[in-house]
Amino acid sequence: MFKEVGKNIPRVDGYALVKGNPVFTDDIDFKALLFIKFLRSPYPHALIKSIDTKEAENMDGVVLVLSHENTPRVPHTTAGQGYPEPSPYDSVMFDRKIRFVGDRVACVAADSPEIASDATKKIDVDYEILPPVFDPAEALKNGAPIIHNEDDSRGILDPKHNLVGEVEVSVGNLDKGFREADVILENRYEVHYAQHTPIEPHIVITYLDENGRLVIRSSTQVPFHVRRICANVLGIPIQRIRVVKPRIGGGFGTKQEVYLDYIAGYVTIKTGRPAKIELTRREEFISRTRHPISTVLKVGAKRDGTLTALDMSILSNTGAYGSHATTVMYNTGSKVLPLYRCPNVRFKGKVVYTNLPVAGAYRGYGATQGYFATESMLDEIAEKIEMNPIDLRKKIHIKEGETSPIFEALGEGKKGVSQVISSCKLPQCIEEGFKLIEWKKKPKEEGKIKRGYGCAIMMQGSGIPAVDMGAALIKMNEDGSFNLLVGATDLGTGSDTILAQIAAEALRVPTESIIVYSSDTDFTPFDVGAYASSTTYISGGAVLKTAKKVLEEIILVGGEMLNENEENLKAEDAKIISKKTGRSVTYQEIAYNSLYERDQHQIIGSMSHISSKSPPPFAAHFVEILINRETGKIKVEKYVACVDCGTVINPQLAEGQVEGSIINGISYALTEEFIFDKNGKMMNGSFQDYKIFTSMDIPDLKVVLIPSHEPSGPFGAKSVGEVSINGPCPAIANAIYDAVGIRIRKTPFTPEKILKLIK
Amino acid sequence: MQIEVKINRVLKRFETSPGEILLDLLRREGYKSVKRGCETGECGACSIILDGKLAKSCLLFAPQVSGHNIITLESLANSGELQPVQQAFLDEGAVQCGFCTPGMILAAKVLLDRTPHPSEEEIKEAISGNLCRCTGYVKIIRAIKKVGETLNKNV
Repeated sequence: MFKEVGKNIPRVDGYALVKGNPVFTDDIDFKALLFIKFLRSPYPHALIKSIDTKEAENMDGVVLVLSHENTPRVPHTTAGQGYPEPSPYDSVMFDRKIRFVGDRVACVAADSPEIASDATKKIDVDYEILPPVFDPAEALKNGAPIIHNEDDSRGILDPKHNLVGEVEVSVGNLDKGFREADVILENRYEVHYAQHTPIEPHIVITYLDENGRLVIRSSTQVPFHVRRICANVLGIPIQRIRVVKPRIGGGFGTKQEVYLDYIAGYVTIKTGRPAKIELTRREEFISRTRHPISTVLKVGAKRDGTLTALDMSILSNTGAYGSHATTVMYNTGSKVLPLYRCPNVRFKGKVVYTNLPVAGAYRGYGATQGYFATESMLDEIAEKIEMNPIDLRKKIHIKEGETSPIFEALGEGKKGVSQVISSCKLPQCIEEGFKLIEWKKKPKEEGKIKRGYGCAIMMQGSGIPAVDMGAALIKMNEDGSFNLLVGATDLGTGSDTILAQIAAEALRVPTESIIVYSSDTDFTPFDVGAYASSTTYISGGAVLKTAKKVLEEIILVGGEMLNENEENLKAEDAKIISKKTGRSVTYQEIAYNSLYERDQHQIIGSMSHISSKSPPPFAAHFVEILINRETGKIKVEKYVACVDCGTVINPQLAEGQVEGSIINGISYALTEEFIFDKNGKMMNGSFQDYKIFTSMDIPDLKVVLIPSHEPSGPFGAKSVGEVSINGPCPAIANAIYDAVGIRIRKTPFTPEKILKLIK
Repeated sequence: MQIEVKINRVLKRFETSPGEILLDLLRREGYKSVKRGCETGECGACSIILDGKLAKSCLLFAPQVSGHNIITLESLANSGELQPVQQAFLDEGAVQCGFCTPGMILAAKVLLDRTPHPSEEEIKEAISGNLCRCTGYVKIIRAIKKVGETLNKNV
């Protein structure tokens, strides 16, 4: 029986947050702070022939102007990934070449943001305009403009064809699979650009501490990668940098990007003054985005639903730089295809540069793109073989005890790791969701309103297997409380609370006895950071190991105090108890004893954790929609999500992850859209013009967590943060087909598009 | 120029300029619960209560509020004890990253002051000008509802 795990413990940072305490990056005042503003490119593709910054530099209050002429040129990737990063080193602080509308040309550091902004307008730039390319298929052709023709970039597969990377893997025999099929379908599915829109835009403040070390206070998901990448770009030793992540106002992947921190850092190093970069909302929209992906999917199936062949071919658009380019592409296969039992599978992918905004990590990370194709296609197959789409899914999804050759064939940017599914409650998720949605129980038509039902199943991973590492440190205090220090990064998910619960459970104390401090490169042990749905599973694994180690020490001291051997002792309610005599010592007594009385030492432990597997969380989503045939408007009436995330450490926080990702996903499917002009300029960079869901737009949303036990996870837990963003696009597309008989294979499903197709 | 404004029940005098945005003034004067999310009145993170009504401080010039009455989240729970609406946000898991939370709580407070037992539709409407990307609003709505229901019991 768990005492702390499985409980709705309020967030450990919740008190400060509901009070509005100053806990975010920008909530501390710095004396003599410099404000940094960017001059951004008005052209999608150009060379800077000359740049004259004199007038800007001479303005009152302007302290520094930076451009390619006076900054170090160190090729790097802005993707905050583990070292060596699988993304190409195709970025520099400021370049002579600019590659999309909004690319940074120069920046001004000044005494006020207004002066800095004004000064950027005084920078005189002479551009040589180059022809742009916006369509990824065009970008691959001979003679297309070459976006990265610089000679110092590394890791680009074929720069001359704008090809960042490609992949092709096969298992089984595809031809044989298609020969065995009774039906074969082939279609193209496309998903669009989107932005994460954390309510707090990217922000970083840098300053020098009393010893002249550079402190980077950053709204980041990856403090340790920030430190490493900044050290490289700035040419200073890692030991000269401290990165601190305060509370951050949402990330969703966009803050897994390291591309502002070193600029603020450089300004601070050059001037000795604190410096701040805070993106405007308009800038945030073109900071990092979701990779738009076009998928051609060909599927062979037997009349009974058995899949005989799956052939998936994707073309991914990474925009002007290749941040997360290859890994997102790999994930579109590796996080999607293993869900389906099929002996003959091929996955082909290409990811290319275009002169459009830069893509990056976005919750779902390729899987969202892939599931739109596979889960739409399954409904199309089901119709063809006259099978209920839910029965089809039940038949073909991977089950407990099974494996998929894709796990080994495809990883993240490289080969994967084979694994057997040791926990999967997807059958129960489908069963429960089907019941709760009341599938097709309501009438199909009410006047001009048409009703439709759709479903989708999905999975994700829990960390990157054999890559992601987290570490934790626990030390004991006199009163029997514990400091838990983790490199893991709470970006609003509640991971600090989850990790505290795991520590408390293992140490046999209440969660309030755990004092969490996270994400400070000077004080906390290493952790790769918050991405790839890794924190509960990987960092949680580290916390559990550490707590067990510390508990061993506690038992050792307690045993000496009780004069008992450890096999006769147990830990319960912050006490070490003799199983023989019932005598006990409290943790407080043990701590005092160890610190002041006998064999004096600090009870402390630190452990690291990586996993050779990445157990997927699973989910089944069901949706009921209403379509107005006259306006084309879709109303999501009801949405049911049943999720297997292993043992649920904190139900409320886990539900919150699912609810947030579903509303984000529905909003992406229905209203969010990048509108570009003919120069590839994003035209709708405001919440007025780029519609994310408000409280008025949400459906009746039901989330049911269906626990399983994942043997490799801390107390049986798996991840929960990303999986559910994969459902809305295909589930709603399937519901649209059910309602009006129109198959939409391109997101988003805007009223204009629906209306055009109905008419 | 100087303005005089009552903030959180205390009369304050500030040096400002005709063009200064109220959001900037409040933040530089230490009211850090007032957040900057868009500066164009669309996200609601900078919400304050102005003369009893929810207002977006990024859409106001500082001199416009001279002689008026402002409440920010700092005024709630000044004794350390949380107000019911804050406690409900905490208990119901209505907080994830917490960045929209100050504006949300103030929006809820304005609603609850006027309508102690709001319906779900009234709650949705009241917070419709405050964007949240983390929670999907579900638990925020539930938290506000719970405050209404608890008050109901007390009555």
